[in-house]
Amino acid sequence: MSWAEIGLVVLRVVLTFGLLLVVTVINVWAERKILADMQNRIGPDRAGPWGILQTVADGLKLFFKESVTPRRVELGMFLLAPFLAVVPAFLIFMMVPWGRPVVIGGNEMPLQGADLNIGLLFILAMSSLAVYAVILAGWSSGSKYPLLGGVRATAQAISYEAAMGLSMVAVVVFTATQGEGGTLSLSEIVTRQSGNWGDISPLFAWVPRWNVFPQIAAFVIFLIAIVAETNRAPFDLVEAEQEIVGFHAEYSGMRFAMFFLAEYVNIFSMSAIAATLFLGGWNGPTFEGVVPGLVSALLPTVWFLAKTYAIVFVFFWVRATLPRLRYDQLMTLGWKRLIPAAVVWLVVSSVVMGWRQFGPPWS
Amino acid sequence: MGVFGEFLKGLKVTGGVMLRTISGRELVTTRYPQEMREKPQRFHGRHVLNRYPDGMEKCIGCQLCAGVCPADCIYVRGKDNDPDNPVSPGERYGYVYEVNMLRCIFCGLCVEACPTEAITMTHLFEMSTTNRQDAIYTRETLLMDERGRVPHVFPNDPLADLSELDAADGWLKATAPAGVAAYEGFVMWRETPGPGDWSPEPSQEERDRRSETEDG
Repeated sequence: MSWAEIGLVVLRVVLTFGLLLVVTVINVWAERKILADMQNRIGPDRAGPWGILQTVADGLKLFFKESVTPRRVELGMFLLAPFLAVVPAFLIFMMVPWGRPVVIGGNEMPLQGADLNIGLLFILAMSSLAVYAVILAGWSSGSKYPLLGGVRATAQAISYEAAMGLSMVAVVVFTATQGEGGTLSLSEIVTRQSGNWGDISPLFAWVPRWNVFPQIAAFVIFLIAIVAETNRAPFDLVEAEQEIVGFHAEYSGMRFAMFFLAEYVNIFSMSAIAATLFLGGWNGPTFEGVVPGLVSALLPTVWFLAKTYAIVFVFFWVRATLPRLRYDQLMTLGWKRLIPAAVVWLVVSSVVMGWRQFGPPWS
Repeated sequence: MGVFGEFLKGLKVTGGVMLRTISGRELVTTRYPQEMREKPQRFHGRHVLNRYPDGMEKCIGCQLCAGVCPADCIYVRGKDNDPDNPVSPGERYGYVYEVNMLRCIFCGLCVEACPTEAITMTHLFEMSTTNRQDAIYTRETLLMDERGRVPHVFPNDPLADLSELDAADGWLKATAPAGVAAYEGFVMWRETPGPGDWSPEPSQEERDRRSETEDG
């Protein structure tokens, strides 16, 4: 491996990390602004133009606040938990291809933190690891409400992870029929979504070859599951700050800010994964030859961000619309509705795929 | 559709509100220090001690306001006027007059109790201070100047609307100027005889005569 290649690896990791930080800062502001619009308010508008620096101001404030350490905490775990929340959140996004590979100095650089061939498995593993942060934070706080919040969070995350994984499997099975063999690599899944559905019927020649059209049920299940997985309203009874108090009640200052950061990083990462798996990732018209080369190299990133933000907007929209679920309703929805629905959809779509590929079972 | 139908209906509501808010049709908040909402005429703001048009102070140091104050936030001490150089037309004047704005509940009972309409309320409501001592308004802060203007707490603030000082507030008159309770037959509240010049109160006979033609 030459120095140039090593430099490109470092560059793409730094770029991915930087992109994630910037969009997270914008997301926090955008959520407050959009929620304000949905509640007839103005929202933050003081720091910078349209208040866009509000997140920076909040971050600075939290940075200078005292990080209180209550007397009865398990100190090691208490200090470790915020990092356990942030690190998986960032690692998840490292798997997501956020642009078409670019060629720099003869070396091709995929715009992606790391292109693992088991990308989807890695994502599932990391989102499971994030649960440890919640339960450890709740337990090590040495206080009742955080402990109960942590237990709630664990049960919720495990329940919805099953539905999320099953809807991912449906996509993987479907993707396997779209090219040579199956794949878990996100960049390969994106590549297989380029083109259009013209081969099914000429009527669909204008429809992009995104997985969302054949896998619409999996998409809906996945959306619901990632809202629950990121502990967002209406599934945010992990940290229901208005009534039952969540797992980070004892955290303050920068330690709290890290949980906060992890939540918003997770929103973006999960939306990016949804856009990658179902909405074709960075696929889109690049107008090669019509516009300058740099623009057509950057356009895939624009499409990717547009698709991701469409899903992020749904997150905010749902938060403004739905009241919080009761805990038994949450469990009922997870175990009695989503998981059976995901299993049935997986079986049905697999049978249909098999039938299309290998012919009817009696042949 | 059931649950999904209801869900979509909810999304439609919030989405519609968002569109109407962005287009400015339903926005309910204002960008406060830059744009002020119009306050109701009878708004209870900070107090002011009035003067007569000839520059004499109205306060006679009777301490009725201090007595009626439910929050016990007014402190008054009267002093005999110097006959050659009187401060107020009466026998005495309020030479110490303090209102503790941290305790005041802005009920307006002091205004009702005042026999000479000396203390009234204004539309000024921005009174934040950085220490408790500044929250106690003294005679110097409360008394209007010779031109009938109220001292502003933050005269150098770029956002302070000094023209607001000229706006008079309205208040309910509980008693007649002459102390006759049977002073009736017309609208019982009006703008305060606040800053500037104003016409004198008509007498009861004049009121009764007028009420037959106009108010009645």
